[in-house]
Amino acid sequence: MELILLFISAAIINNFVLSYFLGICPFLGVSKKIDAAFSMGLAVIFVMSITSVISWLVNHLILIPFHLEILQYVVFILVIASLVQFVEMVIKKISPPLYRALGIFLPLITTNCAILGLALFISLREYSFIQGLVFGLGASVGFTLALVIMAGIREELETADIPESLKGAGITLIVAGILSLAFMGFAGLI
Amino acid sequence: MNKTISQEFLKGFWEILPPFKLVLGLCPTLAVTTAVENGIGMGLSTTFVLFFSNVIISSIKNLIPKKVRIASYIVVIATFVVIVELVMKAYFFSISQQLGLFINLIVVNCIILGRAEAFASKNPIYLSAADGLGIGLGFTLSLILISSIREILGKGTFLGMQVMWDSFEPFAFMVSAPGAFVCLGLILGIMNLFPKK
Repeated sequence: MELILLFISAAIINNFVLSYFLGICPFLGVSKKIDAAFSMGLAVIFVMSITSVISWLVNHLILIPFHLEILQYVVFILVIASLVQFVEMVIKKISPPLYRALGIFLPLITTNCAILGLALFISLREYSFIQGLVFGLGASVGFTLALVIMAGIREELETADIPESLKGAGITLIVAGILSLAFMGFAGLI
Repeated sequence: MNKTISQEFLKGFWEILPPFKLVLGLCPTLAVTTAVENGIGMGLSTTFVLFFSNVIISSIKNLIPKKVRIASYIVVIATFVVIVELVMKAYFFSISQQLGLFINLIVVNCIILGRAEAFASKNPIYLSAADGLGIGLGFTLSLILISSIREILGKGTFLGMQVMWDSFEPFAFMVSAPGAFVCLGLILGIMNLFPKK
């Protein structure tokens, strides 16, 4: 039960994009088309779940026993970068269609601060292995949800009559604000 | 055309002022600007990292193999972020508590990686230093602008001092998450009203 609550909390109430402001760059960059947003979301779910496992293992089996916590980000960011590279190679080998669908989005994930944020949150809040995995899944599902909703709204916005100076990033941010307001409504859920 | 140091320094204040003109580095911009103090802390930390990583990357640009350059840049940047974090924890503990995770996340701030890739890896050391300092200070000024608006409207204070009249009802929306998005979106819209050169 506790794990379900953790999942819902990470996915909806403390949504990474809309309430922690993590991963705004891909959120604004890849939310023009629903298809692309969905592919990006899948790639993020994939990488985030693996990251939460690997970063927990690295933290608890290597960094803490050797008192090297100070190297945390250097190690985490290298783990994420190599993980993304590795995932890219595996997908290319196993499923070329999926690889083509994800395309440029896979390498971009390295600089998505939501992933590093996730690894740091897990170590900061001292989650257990299972909690970390559930938190990672929840956060990535929440990211995908926000991304797909945003892409849906932006597809509609293309035909809307928007003041010239707000076109592009301006209106997107304002819409994101309204979306974030809607997500705040879930705050009383737990 | 040879650009001078001052041109490289000044372009960070308007021409490519982050985060408005370069729409990069939005995560810290949105997250830490609830109070002016945090905005200044975040801006100066980023400036420090940006300046030194630009200088280092520019001085070793010929030694880094092309294929692993991004990973090398990240290691250089991460080193300076660790320095910033330790200094902040030692001397500015309350700000470092406020900024929390976002100090660590300077590592993946796209502005820094972007400048390393787009500028420091192609230009001599003195120009990279000017570029890093200019963009960093421009970013600091933008953070101060956004955080001033949010703090004054959201809490009625500026740097913790009461600036609005007594009966002023704080506009709590501005310091919450949605307010950050809307505030930045409106500022972007206003800046776009000025004609592009």
